[in-house]
Amino acid sequence: MATQSLMRRLPPVSVMIASLVLLIMLILVIFAPLIAPMDPRDVASYSLMDMEIPPAFMEGGDPRFLLGTDNQGRDLVSVILFGLRISVVIGLGAVIFAAVLGVVFGLVAGFFGGMVDSIVMRVADIFVSFPTILVALLISGIARAQLSAETMLAWAPLVLIFSIAINEWVQYARTVRASTMVEIARDYVRAAKVIGLPAPRIMGRHILPNIMSSVMVIATINLAGAILTEATLSFLGAGMPPTYPSLGTLIRIGNQFLFSGLWWIAVMPATVLVILVLAVNVIGDYLRDHFNPKLMAR
Amino acid sequence: MIRLFSVRLLQAILVMVAVTAIAFVMFRFVGDPVASMVREGATQAEKDAVRVALGLDKPVAMQFANFVGQVLTGDLGTSYRYQQPVTTLLLSRLPATLELVIVATVLALSLGIPLGVLCALKPNAFLSRLTQSATLVGISMPTFVTGLLLILIFAVNLRWLPSSGRGDLVDIGLWETGFLSLSGLKSLILPSITLALFQLTLIMRLVRSEMIDVLSSDYIRFAFARGLPRPYIYGRLALRNALMPVVTVTGLQIGQLIAFAIVTETVFQWPGMGLLFTNAVGYPDVPVLAAYLLFVGFLFVMINMIVDILYTFIDPRLRTR
Repeated sequence: MATQSLMRRLPPVSVMIASLVLLIMLILVIFAPLIAPMDPRDVASYSLMDMEIPPAFMEGGDPRFLLGTDNQGRDLVSVILFGLRISVVIGLGAVIFAAVLGVVFGLVAGFFGGMVDSIVMRVADIFVSFPTILVALLISGIARAQLSAETMLAWAPLVLIFSIAINEWVQYARTVRASTMVEIARDYVRAAKVIGLPAPRIMGRHILPNIMSSVMVIATINLAGAILTEATLSFLGAGMPPTYPSLGTLIRIGNQFLFSGLWWIAVMPATVLVILVLAVNVIGDYLRDHFNPKLMAR
Repeated sequence: MIRLFSVRLLQAILVMVAVTAIAFVMFRFVGDPVASMVREGATQAEKDAVRVALGLDKPVAMQFANFVGQVLTGDLGTSYRYQQPVTTLLLSRLPATLELVIVATVLALSLGIPLGVLCALKPNAFLSRLTQSATLVGISMPTFVTGLLLILIFAVNLRWLPSSGRGDLVDIGLWETGFLSLSGLKSLILPSITLALFQLTLIMRLVRSEMIDVLSSDYIRFAFARGLPRPYIYGRLALRNALMPVVTVTGLQIGQLIAFAIVTETVFQWPGMGLLFTNAVGYPDVPVLAAYLLFVGFLFVMINMIVDILYTFIDPRLRTR
């Protein structure tokens, strides 16, 4: 009987596999410089002699290069590890930035209500009516027109994080606002108000901890979207430059060699991207159903 | 009803004013419009002449008024890159995008609705289970990766279908269409499947959940009790109500559709407005960017109003309000 109740409490197999995959990917990302067979940024570590070698499991493959090499002779495993790192960092950065923005505006809108509320929510409506990719492309175009090429290189990750987060904060703001309006009618918030605690303290210390779980669920679901948006922007040439490639940039580069029969240069990073996003989506779906039935997928 | 429409109209106008203001700021303050218009090594006098010709010496409020006037007459400036009027450029690319989007939407609706209904009526059928699990993979698959894989399989390996461009076009007066030639139709297949896939997933999931909701409602149970024929109950009574949210969501998803059309057009080098836009981002061709923003804003406003009107046709209850 005991095992049965334990079984019921465990998440489904798909979620466990997804968690394991995500855990492995995070370890690979954190220790990429130690694990990667070579450093793709160090020109001395690779040679043109090794260029365009197919993956090791194919005919003509080289056991040194498990997933093959690209047009410059770089080991794809190493290139992908470093690319994965950039993708994950930008994805996390965008999610955190969007969550902070959304939580602050949502709390303020829900707590004060009235004019403040309607202004914040109308601004949110305008942001959300334009698709993230379109806004991000526009911001990228404007940044290109305003900044010099070198500044653009250095700022690319920040521009990306900003352009993704500027649309995504609305989801957090809406949920946080709704939850805040529920919490604010509860006795503990009334008590805190009666004691005369300052508003920021009530919002941050009293209300926020009670609505944090829904913020975390949205963040997980959003992480997949943020990683996808970044990859799409980089693929379109409006994201990370080839000198600091994310997975999207790698697929963009590989796309040029599709017709030369060098499919692995594009397909390998694409596969890693899809596995990463699928794992995050499976976990996000589970968290949503488990912790917040109200947010259930329709 | 009239009240509802006038409120909607006012909202629409407000959104358009906001979008026009952003487009104006982009035209005027992003990059240097003068530097992009004159030849290299132009003298100060030449630059000043262009400045006056563009009206950049006037107060900002005047400039904005001029800009609004120009937009209303369809003058969206000159592309830095092509040295052509932006309006002409956009209009010449419009048919390509429209043909792609229409084919993709028809594909998504004609497959998504039946599959959604199937998953709702027979949740344990093999096809239902297959569709259900395929949707999660579908959501996780970025549009450009789908496009890339389709190109790899059907264009590079099998050599069945072209991977880029629109094929041979037939001039039918107002625009050039790809519908009337074999190569034009073949060129449409891969891009439209790519674009349809994400809509398909969404529509299918939505129809399924709405259908399940509707089927458990009292009036359907009553219809069963009356012994009405099943096709009539499912098709005429249930599906009609389940389709309401589909209309709204399909309308609201127009933004996503535009975004994914940009990606699809870039992957397949489809010479539509999306490709024009991506190329303008890289250049950067500010007038094209601003004009595209204006166009998309206008499209949103129009589609939202059309969805509102469609609603009153599908749901007679709204007509009396």
